[in-house]
Amino acid sequence: MPGMAVEGYVVLSALLFVIGLIGVLVRRSPLVMLMSIEVMWGAASLLFLTFARMWAAMDGHVFTFMIVAVGAAEAAVGLALIVLIFRSRHKADVDDVRALRG
Amino acid sequence: MSWVVLLAAAVAVLGAIGVVRSRIPVHSVLALVLNLLALAALFIALNAEFMGLVQIIVYAGAVMVLFLFVVSLLGPRREAIERELSLLPGQEPLGVAMGVLFFIALLVAVVRQAFPAPQAVHGGFGTVRAFGAALFYEHVLVLQLAALLLMVAVVGVVVLIARRDQGR
Repeated sequence: MPGMAVEGYVVLSALLFVIGLIGVLVRRSPLVMLMSIEVMWGAASLLFLTFARMWAAMDGHVFTFMIVAVGAAEAAVGLALIVLIFRSRHKADVDDVRALRG
Repeated sequence: MSWVVLLAAAVAVLGAIGVVRSRIPVHSVLALVLNLLALAALFIALNAEFMGLVQIIVYAGAVMVLFLFVVSLLGPRREAIERELSLLPGQEPLGVAMGVLFFIALLVAVVRQAFPAPQAVHGGFGTVRAFGAALFYEHVLVLQLAALLLMVAVVGVVVLIARRDQGR
C-alpha cells in the first residue's frame, strides 16, 4: 500500500467522518452543518478508494464518482433551502427550516 | 510511510477541524477547500489519479464556489449567521462526547479486523482510460442514475425558488 498501511487510511477516514458528525451535532448554522456533511462525504470517498486500491478493482472509483454527483446535488438543494430560509426569516437556525412547510 | 501522505492526512484533519470550529462562514469554506485538496492528494497517492482530479475540479472548484456565492449573498447579515442561536443546553459537550464514543467504537472495529495485503495493480489502474472502461462497460446504470439525479436536483432548485417568488 502506498504511503501507509490500509489501517492508517481507514482510521483517517473514521476520524474525518467523526469530525464531520460532531460538526452536525454541535453547530446550529445550517451552512456549517452542510459543510460538515461535505466532510463526511469526503471521508466516505477516501474509504471507497482505499478498498478499491486494496482489491485492485475499479468499482470503488465508480462509486466515488456517484458520491461526487450526489454531493453536488445535495449542495445545490441544501443551499437553495438555506437561501429560502434567509429570505423569509433574515436569520438562519436549523429550527427555522420548519417555517418552509406548506 | 511517505511523508507526503502523512502531511496530506494531517492537513485533511486540520481542515476538517477548521470547518467545525471557525465562527465565520468564509473561514469554514476555506478550511473545507483545504480539506478537499488534501483528500485529493491522498486519492492520487492511492493510484486514483482521475478521482483526485475530479475532486479538485468538481468539489474544490465548482461546489465550493457555490458555497462562497451563498456566503457572499448572505454577507451583510453575517452576524446573524455567526451567532449561534438557541444552542440547546449541553449540546456542545454532549455532541463531542457522542462523536468521541463513536470514534472509539470505529477504532475497536478496525483493530479487530485483519485486512488482507493489497493486491498488485497493473499500470493503467485509476487512469481516465480504466475509469471510463469501468463506467461505460460495466456500470452504465450508475452513469444514468447520476445524470437523472443531477437533473432532478436542478429542477428541484428551480421549483423551490420559483414557487417562493410567486407567493410574494
